[in-house]
Amino acid sequence: MTSEPAAVDLHAEYAASGVGEVLDELDRALIGLAPVKKRVREMAALLLVERARKSMGLTQAAPTLHMSFTGNPGTGKTTVALKMANLLHKLGYVRKGHLVTVTRDDLVGQYVGHTAPKTKEVLKRAMGGVLFIDEAYYLYRPENERDYGQEAIEILLQVMENQREDLVVILAGYADRMDTFFSSNPGFRSRIAHHIDFPDFSDHELFQIAGFILEEQNYALSSSGADALRDYIAQRRAQPHFANARSIRNAIDRARLRQANRLFEAASGPLDAAALSTLDGEDFRASRVFSGGLASDKKRADP
Amino acid sequence: MMSNHGARITQGQFSYLPDLTDVQIKAQIAYALDKGWAVSVEYTDDPHPRNTYWELYGNPMFDLKDPAGILTEINACRKTFPNHYIRVMAFDATKGWESPRMSYIVNRPKDEPGFVVERIERDGRSQGYTIRSYATMKPEGKRYP
Repeated sequence: MTSEPAAVDLHAEYAASGVGEVLDELDRALIGLAPVKKRVREMAALLLVERARKSMGLTQAAPTLHMSFTGNPGTGKTTVALKMANLLHKLGYVRKGHLVTVTRDDLVGQYVGHTAPKTKEVLKRAMGGVLFIDEAYYLYRPENERDYGQEAIEILLQVMENQREDLVVILAGYADRMDTFFSSNPGFRSRIAHHIDFPDFSDHELFQIAGFILEEQNYALSSSGADALRDYIAQRRAQPHFANARSIRNAIDRARLRQANRLFEAASGPLDAAALSTLDGEDFRASRVFSGGLASDKKRADP
Repeated sequence: MMSNHGARITQGQFSYLPDLTDVQIKAQIAYALDKGWAVSVEYTDDPHPRNTYWELYGNPMFDLKDPAGILTEINACRKTFPNHYIRVMAFDATKGWESPRMSYIVNRPKDEPGFVVERIERDGRSQGYTIRSYATMKPEGKRYP
């Protein structure tokens, strides 16, 4: 047995654990999300102190680390979960630090006796890391009393309680539906220590994110392109199926498609690097968003 | 003369050592997972050394990162078959190997009766030998009460 230290230097521990790097990366890589970043920082501090307390013999039990991430689609839940796995690994709360992302389909079987092996399989894969259950409320379907989701929930709860040192579970989904899910499954609510709410991005933040994505892919916006993208963001938000950063990523992908087409049809001479990597206003303006959205959605709006 | 006291069967790795503890088993599994081998849990109640194909417990486990999952499975198998031989096997799928790289017993019956040598009289009074476990005199599933 090693003897317990009489004092700990939290700053030295902080530097040695490499948590600072993860938090800095979180700050740099993610635009906006101030409340989320604040919560993650608070949790990192708590876990660091908890670890120090453990080394001094003040606590024995492993803390409950299961979390729930609520927010609209495209607000960075999966990305933060990935960082969280890394963070927990650096602090020594999970052994491997990998992230296993699953949905209802991966956990719930199709016939009697299919669910338990399937759920256990996923749990085994996630051990030593973080299990991320996207749209977790689909696990519980109250309208069908013979639904196998309940079985998956029971196995999940059992492992969340008994093997806390082996894996961390993060549940994610829309805020309102997660609330219903928790109120009908009180077992989950009591086993989850940290609830983090992801706010929507503002138009300006989405524009910054677009800049980030473009930079990553070595593209640039012309001034008309930047204006068009700002208009696009403002209009897209009001239309159905808006998925924050994911919508922006898709818009850029489609703009690249149109740009390639435009270059192919219009260019007569050789093109330089700038021409190949500049997105123009017309590449965005051709989007259906500017003509009022998808035809199928418009039909639904005025019956 | 008793050459093998208690008649412990000695098959696979570590079989001359005292039984592995769970911590040791975990460390061995971690080694196999680091090498990228697929680990599975198998059981049998026929300890004959030529019985190479044991029954697979549950599904084979691929894509695991941490030994905890496999230890859960071992414990489930121990609960179902407390008095069987249970071994952990690590399979290497790399081309050129394509065979088990590790195999060791993690559970054995409380009472191992050992083997009997049988002599067979053949043509011209020549003699053949074979061994047979006392346990296999009884039908499958009733061998280790």
